[in-house]
Amino acid sequence: MHPYQYIPATNITEAVSALARYGNRARILAGGTDLLVQLRGERYELDAVVDAKAIPELVELTLDGGLTIGAAVPCYQVYENLAIAAAFPGIIDAASLIGGIQIQSRASLGGNLCNSTPSADGICPLIVHSGVVTITGVDGTRTMPVEEFSTGPGRNALGNGEMLISINLPKPAAHFGAAYQRFIPRNEMDIAVVGVASAITLDATGQKVESARIALASVGPTPIFAKQASEFLAGQTATEETFAKAGAIASTEATPISDMRGTIKQRHHLVEVLTRRTLVQAVRRARGNA
Amino acid sequence: MTTTEKPQEFNVVGTRPIRHDGVDKVLGRALYGADIRLASMIYGAVLRSPHAHAKITRIDTSKAEAMPGVFAVMSGKDMPLVASGALDLGETVDDTAFTSDRIMAHSKVVYKGHPVAAVAAIDSNTGLEALKLIEVEYEVLKPVITLEDAMAPGAIVIHEGLIGSDLGEQVKNTNIAVHNRLEFGDPEAAFDQSKTVIERTFIISRAHQGYIEPHASTAFWAPDGKITVWTTTQAPFGVRKTISALLNQPLSNIKVTPTEIGGGFGGKIPVYLEPLAAVLSKKAGRPVKIQMDRRAVFEASGPGPGGTVKVKMGVDDKGKITAATADIRYGAGAYPGASIGAAASGIFACYEVPNVRVDSYDIVINMSKTAAYRAPGTPQATFASETLVGELCEIIGMDPMEFHLLNASKEGTRRPDGPLFPRVGNEGCLLAIKGSDHFKSTLEPSAEGKLRGRGMASGYWNGIGNKSSVTINVNEDGLVSLIEGNPDIGGTRTTIAMQAAEILGLPAEDVHPAVGDTDSIGYSDLTAGSRTTYATGTAAIEAARMVIDEMKKRVAMIWETEYENIEHIDGMFISKVAPDQKFTFKEAAGKLGQTGGPVALTGTVNVRGSGGGSFGTHLVDVEVDPDTGKVEILRYTAAQDAGKAVHPSYVEGQFQGGAVQGIGWALNEEYYTSEDGVMINSTFLDYRMPTSLDVPMIDTIIVEVPNVNHPFGVRGIGETSIVPPAPAVANALADAIGARLYQTPMNPGRILEALAAKQSGK
Ligand SMILES: Cc1cc2nc3c(=O)[nH]c(=O)nc-3n(C[C@H](O)[C@H](O)[C@H](O)COP(=O)(O)OP(=O)(O)OC[C@H]3O[C@@H](n4cnc5c(N)ncnc54)[C@H](O)[C@@H]3O)c2cc1C
Repeated sequence: MHPYQYIPATNITEAVSALARYGNRARILAGGTDLLVQLRGERYELDAVVDAKAIPELVELTLDGGLTIGAAVPCYQVYENLAIAAAFPGIIDAASLIGGIQIQSRASLGGNLCNSTPSADGICPLIVHSGVVTITGVDGTRTMPVEEFSTGPGRNALGNGEMLISINLPKPAAHFGAAYQRFIPRNEMDIAVVGVASAITLDATGQKVESARIALASVGPTPIFAKQASEFLAGQTATEETFAKAGAIASTEATPISDMRGTIKQRHHLVEVLTRRTLVQAVRRARGNA
Repeated sequence: MTTTEKPQEFNVVGTRPIRHDGVDKVLGRALYGADIRLASMIYGAVLRSPHAHAKITRIDTSKAEAMPGVFAVMSGKDMPLVASGALDLGETVDDTAFTSDRIMAHSKVVYKGHPVAAVAAIDSNTGLEALKLIEVEYEVLKPVITLEDAMAPGAIVIHEGLIGSDLGEQVKNTNIAVHNRLEFGDPEAAFDQSKTVIERTFIISRAHQGYIEPHASTAFWAPDGKITVWTTTQAPFGVRKTISALLNQPLSNIKVTPTEIGGGFGGKIPVYLEPLAAVLSKKAGRPVKIQMDRRAVFEASGPGPGGTVKVKMGVDDKGKITAATADIRYGAGAYPGASIGAAASGIFACYEVPNVRVDSYDIVINMSKTAAYRAPGTPQATFASETLVGELCEIIGMDPMEFHLLNASKEGTRRPDGPLFPRVGNEGCLLAIKGSDHFKSTLEPSAEGKLRGRGMASGYWNGIGNKSSVTINVNEDGLVSLIEGNPDIGGTRTTIAMQAAEILGLPAEDVHPAVGDTDSIGYSDLTAGSRTTYATGTAAIEAARMVIDEMKKRVAMIWETEYENIEHIDGMFISKVAPDQKFTFKEAAGKLGQTGGPVALTGTVNVRGSGGGSFGTHLVDVEVDPDTGKVEILRYTAAQDAGKAVHPSYVEGQFQGGAVQGIGWALNEEYYTSEDGVMINSTFLDYRMPTSLDVPMIDTIIVEVPNVNHPFGVRGIGETSIVPPAPAVANALADAIGARLYQTPMNPGRILEALAAKQSGK
């Protein structure tokens, strides 16, 4: 392993100037559960690692209707907060799924997002919860929807000298429910062959869909916001038949490849199955009987 | 299976004492391979080939040698050239030249991960950086990966020097190292007369043992020529012999200390790192430690072989087997030695087959050389035979349990490779399962529309006896220390101590067992072949009997009477002539100093054969999600013949461990290999062994049909349990989904395909 500088940053300015100085030879360290594994596996070489866990904005977790998750907040803090768990069920599904207890005590949703793999379990739930990211660089701060953040396997919208500060989720509407499920051959400690997050807002009767958002993991170069399937659901009655149709549409929005974890055909099929299942679960949650 | 003699009674054997090594392991004090740290020790790193098949045209190590912090660099030219010859490792025989070449390539690389050079540096990171400075040029050759390519006429030949044996005839220019045949009766004629005959071909993936502890070895080559090695191994004496043969050093100059071992399952029999550490140490003048990372373990150590197995079986109108044939082809990896012998003798061992023929092929391909993996070669072959039996029962409409009982091999049955079975527990296991709550329960349908099924399979492993030594030292406080030469993988320190304790009349806790190095205990064959509790236990019994005999002489001296007048009953030395004269073992031990000095005696044995081996029958309930193809193991029961369970908890642990490994083979484990011969899933993330959340508690039934070959009736039981799971799961899956799979792993993708094919009426 190439020797690198360890830079513990205590504020954003320090961190982004270190990133700008080293260019693509530096990376942010949040929980390190991706970064350290990749460094040891010699996926890339770095000259500097910038630890972000002492930067106040990055470890902030605030629920004030909406939710602000600092980019380095470990998963366990998110799912152990019962108020967050009640209001943001899709996020909780992911935060409590990533790795096991040891991993969750370090791993962050910000790191999951910045690692930007198509199979990441955290990204799709953030998309369906209409998450917006805050990015700061030497030239200032900008925001963008989570679904625009990933640009390819391991690639994202962060430019040179930029870092993720936080993810901001709006307050869910009334009669909102969300869910994330992944398919893995084993029961734990595995990587999604396919993952689907669904969020749904029902009308006051609880029977009709007002709006929905569906996102797909592991079936394309980035996590995919399934726009057509989402739009199809608006105005439909919340039945299993409707959800099966949404699944079929979502499947056409997937662009999977065949690899050691699954085939194209299997993945299209699993998108249908998991879309249906997550919608059923989201509706159950929306109706308040999760 | 009827036992005529009176069952023996035991005081220690059959109880469940706390393991002697437990506290050290729980406290993290036990020293494993990577824990060795010596003064002035430096760290080795190995440069491995990126290609599965290539000629090395140039190696330049000068830049690495010049790097600060680097003490030594080596490549193939630093390994002595050794002639071809037999390297007998106790259970298997390898070739010395091939072994040397496998450990460090000389002129050609023949598997991805093949070592081409190594460095020793001040720390492991410096070592890894130094590897990047070594320049190697390759002329890349087309790799031979599939068995079809390896066997095709005009195939690319991997080893020009390999002389194959085709039914005893020598063959040149071949990748088929061995083709053997076992045959008796007239299977073709018998098939013609059979009511029903079916034939199927099965494909099995190579599977890795997946031990938690990666290989790690440390060596110091002293200026006087003495080589000391600390290594995680199942075969310290095998390591000594291999180093001696490969480095041309006198056997007795080499001392091997086996460390604690974090799993082996056969995979820690071969030597990988030890000679490299020794050569680097000689160059550097310091002790050198080398460790593998997980990728190296997957890519460059030996998994069990994959291959194809074609089976044909005929039955008469009552379901009695008339004949069976098999064609077993295993990919040995880059050097010969897939365990085809055990596969051929084991494939039909559970049955009485009057007419049989088994062809078996050991085939060289451009992947890492396979090694023993728990019942080597047998789970693969039995996946084929027992899954075929499941389908045959379906076709003839016979209950598989009745089929097994009707056809079960028993005392006097001839195994395909010739020997007649002595008293064995095959029927005993079948009846144990038949009588189990699990068998008698009905499998309730799933409330959620999942598909459920039940399946069974039997399996056999013979095992070996061979050579062992045990030394017992009687201490003056009346406790004894026991030294043996078998690394303890499955609790054998305790099971060996218990057998000595039984004879000595002491509690198990009063015997303190230790695994010695090759200088401090007599020669002992490897920990493998289900032999350790059985054969080394026999040596312990032998040593304990010698101790009691000697102690009787000492007691006779004190009581001024004849040796013949002393009895040893229930742990007491008693005088036949003066019944009020009694000594406990402790009292007698305290008087050794006055009666001629210490008692320290060694029992050595060369046990012939296993005494018939151990049969097992497994029963499993599965549930399949028809939408995703995911399999849940709902319930699992394993019955196996232990002869006499020395420590029942460890026996149960072996049954459970083997069952879980077999479930892994069945459901998800595979080498996912590119056309270039590169294993793509060389991590525990994508090499999917079952986790604790993927299996239920495995229920166990210990069957005890005493082994005629052991004083207490003990059988070796470590391996059989991996044989039945894959076919038991296959049969349960067929019951659940109404379609059959003929390939491992039976993963969700394949199950979905089978379901889809069934639906489309194929
Ligand atoms: C045993 C194990 C199990 C796992 N299981 C799962 C799983 O089930 N599902 C799953 O999705 N993942 C899993 N992972 C992967 C990993 O844990 C997650 O992706 C995790 O969320 C990463 O978070 P982290 O805080 O550890 O990120 P880090 O490793 O610290 O960072 C990841 C990447 O993001 C960059 N980065 C981090 N923060 C910032 C920032 N603020 N600005 C810019 N760049 C940043 C880093 O430089 C690095 O490139 C597993 C990992 C392990 C080791």
